Amino acid sequence: MTEPSHPANALELKDLSVAYRVGRRDRAVLRNVNLTIKAGEAYGLVGESGCGKSTVALSVVRYLPRNGSITGGSIALDGKDVMKLDAEALRRARADSVSMVYQDPGKALNPSLRIGRQLTEIFELAGVTGQAAEDKALAMLNRVRISDPASVMQRYPHQLSGGMQQRVAIAMALANDPSMLILDEPTTGLDATVEAEVLDLIGQLRRELSASILFISHNLAVVSNMCDRVGVLYAGMLVEEGSTKDVFNDPRHPYTVALLRCLPRGGQRKDQGRLDTIPGFLPGIGATIVGCAFADRCALATERCRAEPPPLYDPGGGRLSRCHYHDKAQSLPRATPAEIVAAAPKQAPPVLQVEGLNKTYASHGRPLRAVKDVSVSLRAGETLGLVGESGSGKTTFARLLLGLVPPDEGGSIELEGKKLAPRLASRSEEQVKAVQIVFQNPDSALNRSHSIRHILSRALKRLGGLSGKTLDTRLEELVRSVRLTDRHLAVKPRQLSGGLKQRVAIARAFAGEPRIVVCDEPTSALDVSVQAAILNLLADLQSRQDVSYIFISHDLGVVRYLSDKIAVLYLGRIMEFGPSEAVFSGPHHPYTEALLSAVPQLDRTESSRIRLDGEIPSAANPPTGCVFHTRCPRKIGAICETQEPELTEAQPGHTIRCHIPYAELARLQKPKVVEPA
Amino acid sequence: MSATDTPASLPAPSAPDTTRRSPWGEVLHSLFRSGTFLTGLFILLFWVVCALFGQHFVPYDPLESDIINSLTPPAADHWFGTDQLGRDVFSRVIVGSRDILTVAPLATILATLAGTALGLVIGYFRGIVDDIVSRVLEAFMAIPVVIIALLAIVALGTSKITVIVVIGLSFAPIIARTVRSAVLAERELDYVAAAKLRHEGALHTMFVEILPNVIPPILVETTVRLGYAIFAVATLSFMGFGIQPPSPDWGLSISSNYGMIGGGFWWTVLFDALAIASLVIGVNLVADGVHGAFND
Ligand SMILES: Nc1ncnc2c1ncn2[C@@H]1O[C@H](COP(=O)(O)OP(=O)(O)OP(=O)(O)O)[C@@H](O)[C@H]1O
Ligand code: SF4
Ligand code: SF4
Ligand SMILES: [Mg+2]
Repeated sequence: MTEPSHPANALELKDLSVAYRVGRRDRAVLRNVNLTIKAGEAYGLVGESGCGKSTVALSVVRYLPRNGSITGGSIALDGKDVMKLDAEALRRARADSVSMVYQDPGKALNPSLRIGRQLTEIFELAGVTGQAAEDKALAMLNRVRISDPASVMQRYPHQLSGGMQQRVAIAMALANDPSMLILDEPTTGLDATVEAEVLDLIGQLRRELSASILFISHNLAVVSNMCDRVGVLYAGMLVEEGSTKDVFNDPRHPYTVALLRCLPRGGQRKDQGRLDTIPGFLPGIGATIVGCAFADRCALATERCRAEPPPLYDPGGGRLSRCHYHDKAQSLPRATPAEIVAAAPKQAPPVLQVEGLNKTYASHGRPLRAVKDVSVSLRAGETLGLVGESGSGKTTFARLLLGLVPPDEGGSIELEGKKLAPRLASRSEEQVKAVQIVFQNPDSALNRSHSIRHILSRALKRLGGLSGKTLDTRLEELVRSVRLTDRHLAVKPRQLSGGLKQRVAIARAFAGEPRIVVCDEPTSALDVSVQAAILNLLADLQSRQDVSYIFISHDLGVVRYLSDKIAVLYLGRIMEFGPSEAVFSGPHHPYTEALLSAVPQLDRTESSRIRLDGEIPSAANPPTGCVFHTRCPRKIGAICETQEPELTEAQPGHTIRCHIPYAELARLQKPKVVEPA
Repeated sequence: MSATDTPASLPAPSAPDTTRRSPWGEVLHSLFRSGTFLTGLFILLFWVVCALFGQHFVPYDPLESDIINSLTPPAADHWFGTDQLGRDVFSRVIVGSRDILTVAPLATILATLAGTALGLVIGYFRGIVDDIVSRVLEAFMAIPVVIIALLAIVALGTSKITVIVVIGLSFAPIIARTVRSAVLAERELDYVAAAKLRHEGALHTMFVEILPNVIPPILVETTVRLGYAIFAVATLSFMGFGIQPPSPDWGLSISSNYGMIGGGFWWTVLFDALAIASLVIGVNLVADGVHGAFND
């Protein structure tokens, strides 16, 4: 829907088409995208990986890769046609009016220059030199609220954490006071709390700067908290657009409906029903599209959809939907039935009992207590969710369980009542196959030289003790249980998509009928639609095989969906441990409270946010007393700084490590206990 | 359109993508588009054909002396002239590729096998094994090949086998170093942890899991080493170690004729020298091509 060019529009794309040249053919990635961002507006662009979001951003700054070209349409920044600018004018536009922040702050920062040098350089290019440039650089760092800016100026990028690096990248992007700020997945690589801080920062800066923002993300919740309007991109086409509130609460395109259903929302749990999924895949780049691009995956598709490309319908209220049946979009049938066979909760004896586990690494000659005095227990068929910021010891704890690293002396791990040897090599075959893992990154977890058949057969042979015919039969079962087919067996991992690879990794972990499977961020590399399918699969396997999970994820919605118990870790210590519902709905530990409030949510209006300020202290040099006192918003006084609180039982099975008594926590957190159903 | 339209059935879960070229396919593809590689390959193949079949198409028997015609300069009946014993230099140069093209590749293969095994072991076990073995290898690498050769010849006597063993073993540490660093990166990947979680033995993990993934750097290093090996073999024959008369070997020929350059009989030496140079350059071009193809 083209509007007349108006100088008040910060960005205007008209019929923008972009192609990448691959194998001597131009393949369309963006198809006639029309999009307008008004001055001062924050516009969110969402969609699955590969739908062309980054390509939009790169076209605007004319930074397409060498094989990319704009094949049609126009781009206007502040009313100026970007495509008509000569090289010098384009350089000036990039320096003066648009800035871009990438997902990976490493891309924007030069690893061999001090932060101060990199920042002053920008001002020097603009003609400000010497002390003045330095002062401006320092002011920029203050503006992005980095702690101790003077020392940050002296540091190299690798000496900063991911969150600090991204702050610096934002400072650099803001240095020229741009009128248009493009943020391409600026928080995807960051922890939940760091993500929340960076988003807060962007939100505040927006108010101060009046810059327009193009915010690209695959995280719907983040976009919903940040943006005024949102566009949904599918196969290089804008399929839905409208105000953020409308699109997320009242979607008019089946794709948007489906995307929203993939997320565990409002505290949904595995025993309340399966997540919905989106079958199939995004059409590849350059695919010939007749009719509706989404038709292959849309349960509402009809003959008309396959024959006639839907135009952008205007259902009114400033909204657009590229669907013939936009008025019925929400009646989209589920792709995955919600029903589940809920296993009756059993009071089985614990399958895992961890008592006083410690792990100390040496860091620059100093002891670093990665895991300190951790005790947990878990029953068969239950999931223990591990949450905490990066560096809180989640992965170390998992590796201790698996025997990949030996714990310190003392402490014990018992599996079904039998002590587990600290080292993998001294565990029995039975014990080894009983504890398995699904890694975060299937590209690293699956040997790229081996076929899927080889990978799974080897696991069945070693873990299942099978061979010959029985192995083949079991292989077929195993493959079917993770919903792969024979066709997938002959190929190498790189020929599978991320979701399919993760299924192979899950199948491998289940080859020897494990008792405990550690899942270390198993879905964080995946799109929401794929994530939903993987979470469903994990939940199904659990209810069928009575296996227990240790589930690590920085996405608290996902943890909540799958977990029966939660352990909240901070600097290697358990701060809170208890039944999932108790931990999530509170009253909870002040740290848990802060973590939960940091999560961007689709169905929460901006409200009482507890913020976590400052960086996580180093585990090599933890704060005295309560290790959380340096950041605790509820700190009660000197006692927090001098005396480490005990992990005390607040309610049966629910323990909290805080000097504030449980009843008092309940009183303090009362207004927050109202939870969406 | 009415609400009675029946939804069409949904597609099955995705098929694997079998259209994408395999990584090896990519490498071959870019190799055969690389001028460097093709030029090198051409030179190399030329000498391989000479080594295999040269003896059937050369105009003269490279070993047959003809004292009457000794030291004739290049001319129509002897393109490259004749040497001191009247042997045809052209025929000798062509056939002279045979020994060097047997000894150098075998030495390189020995170096690759030994170096790969060693590199896998030290990269995989790291720690004290790595510390000790790496120090020993460094010390070993600091000794010139010639000195090792002298020692070996004293111990084993001169023969092609000695040359193969000497060059093979002195190049092995360099290959081991390359393999070690590749293995250090690989062993951090989760598939290695997954193998441990199946109680796989160290041998399986090293040779079945890790080895296939470190083949590319090994191939690159091997082609580079082959160039050095050719040079080393020629040097040793020149010094009288290894390949023995009456072989028409290039290094040997140069060694027995270089005294005559002063007398103006340059052709007895020049063509052999050019042959060595061309073979080394050919192999280096191939090595550059292989390196480029793997690092695109
Ligand atoms: N230089 C390139 N050459 C060929 N194809 C490319 C190139 N860059 C991107 N593509 C392809 O173009 C499509 C769109 O890419 P783009 O990076 O814009 O997607 P995206 O929506 O930003 O995805 P993500 O969420 O993964 O960042 C994808 O299929 C991608 O694989
Ligand atoms: S046009 Fe048809 S196929 Fe496309 S989204 Fe709408 S209902 Fe589905
Ligand atoms: S003990 Fe003090 S600092 Fe620690 S969490 Fe409780 S209130 Fe906060
Ligand atoms: Mg992108």
